[in-house]
Amino acid sequence: MNREIRNKVFDIGFRIFGIFSTFLGVILIAIFISSIVQAGFSKIDWNFLTGLPSRFADHAGILTAWTGSLWILALSAIIGIPVGVGAAIFFEEYAPKNSLTRILEINLTNLAGVPSVIYGILGLELFVRSFKMGSSLLAGACTLSLLILPIVIVATREALRAVPQSIRQASFSMGATKWQTIWHQILPASAGGIATGVILALSRAVGEAAPVIVIGALAYVPFVAESPLDDFTVLPIQIFNWVTRPDPEFIVNASAGIIVLLSITFLLNGIAVYLRYRWQKKMKW
Amino acid sequence: MSISMRFIPLFSLLIYAITSDSCQNPVSKRDQILRIDGSSTVFTLSEAIAEEFIKLNPEDRLTIGISGTGGGFRKFARGEISIANASRKIKEIEATACRENGIKYLEIPVAYDGLAIITNSHNGWLKDIKLVELKKIWEPDAQNRIHYWDQIRADYPHQMIKLYGPGTASGTFDYFTEVIVGQSGASRGDFMPSEDDHVLIQGVAGDLASLGFVGLAYYEENIDRVKLVPVDNGSGPVTPSRETILSGRYNPLTRKIYMYVSSQIAQMDQGVEFVHFFLDNAGKFAQDVGFIPLADSEYRQQLSRFSEFLNQN
Repeated sequence: MNREIRNKVFDIGFRIFGIFSTFLGVILIAIFISSIVQAGFSKIDWNFLTGLPSRFADHAGILTAWTGSLWILALSAIIGIPVGVGAAIFFEEYAPKNSLTRILEINLTNLAGVPSVIYGILGLELFVRSFKMGSSLLAGACTLSLLILPIVIVATREALRAVPQSIRQASFSMGATKWQTIWHQILPASAGGIATGVILALSRAVGEAAPVIVIGALAYVPFVAESPLDDFTVLPIQIFNWVTRPDPEFIVNASAGIIVLLSITFLLNGIAVYLRYRWQKKMKW
Repeated sequence: MSISMRFIPLFSLLIYAITSDSCQNPVSKRDQILRIDGSSTVFTLSEAIAEEFIKLNPEDRLTIGISGTGGGFRKFARGEISIANASRKIKEIEATACRENGIKYLEIPVAYDGLAIITNSHNGWLKDIKLVELKKIWEPDAQNRIHYWDQIRADYPHQMIKLYGPGTASGTFDYFTEVIVGQSGASRGDFMPSEDDHVLIQGVAGDLASLGFVGLAYYEENIDRVKLVPVDNGSGPVTPSRETILSGRYNPLTRKIYMYVSSQIAQMDQGVEFVHFFLDNAGKFAQDVGFIPLADSEYRQQLSRFSEFLNQN
């Protein structure tokens, strides 16, 4: 009897703790977003979105920053997705289960914990200098692809593992080759999960400032990049730059910039949720 | 079929993505960009002038980075940029790196930057401060000994000294410790540091017995929130202003800021134009962004030095 009451108390206690934890996160984010929106929303208009950088808070726009961020996003996706998904397929479907594979796996997991600025230093030496890409969008995208690679690989492996073994066996027994099985059965079945992981990884890349500053992204770029080899800036750098200015009016611009960056992230996350939902409905075995 | 062969399509796709990007863009276009990088302090001035320059020459391309003075000089020595912004003079080791890579350069002072010593605007007793007192407060040793204002002057109240200053990674911090304590980077550790100068202003504005230092530009944007403390270097308290800085009386908390121009710029029409435009307008824009302009005659002198430099290279 006594023990029963104690267990019930624990049960209720844990439930309260769980509710508290959930709301703590939600409330903090709500406070953050509402204060940012209050400070910066009035600033967002056509002129702000299509304006070039300026020393006057009134005129300063964010065009080169958000276009730079979209460039980085697209290029990182083009570079990071094939490599990341390819590596994950190798690990899950091809790699023999031996100690070499295990060492590779452990290293990969560790890569996810490396501070992002370290990737910047690597990118500076490797892409900017050795490959002579200069401080270009391409060098930035390659660096950020490395950064998100571990996340893409881990998420893709999870998605591949969720495909039932019976599907593979059925495919093989129908005489399909391994590649046919992967291409026609496993990848379509896991596409929702892969897309979710990839998009979450990309939304991380879009918010990074440290590695792109190290590879030489700029603070003042008065033109929109037209090719992957152009110089660039991104939203986080523009926001940081505005926050550190003497004129307090720029704080409003920074808040507006944060709203733009958050919108991109939310949009990406929304797409991830949608894709997962759609693919789940489509898959019928 | 071996495993690696199955991945050839993926890799060739990747390589195609990279190379096709680069094929569309002839290298010559990139070379026409005037690249400026270096000190984030000097950035505000360069940006102001670049903004006006671009308005007049919308076809010209230029970019400005904020890698810091040291980072800027490293790129400068590698020939990656044509103008380095610097909040201090080039160091011997950086100059050697330039020589080794065949980079010739011209040092052009562009404005004065003053450090403002600030306190709370309601603080009635802190009317001025001597250099020795600043040193006594900020030197590394002070952390264990100096805690109250009445240790500085006997008639000050027995209140905790609350200190605010830029973070240890900033050039402003290096400069302050160098001229006040005597060694760059040497400071007590128990002050409130922030890389964000707004936080420093906020801290000083909320703390009656506070003392802090920021770039003059930050003080000027917040005149109504904090109070300037005149600095006494032995010949009486001096408030930083155009007059006291130009005459050299606000010493030593004044430094010159520079731009270093590489000989590469001679091959770059818009680069030469930009430097001319810069020196023609630096006085006006320096004022706008919170620096103290050099004397007009000095800008003219720098212009003729620049022409000479171009002729030699």
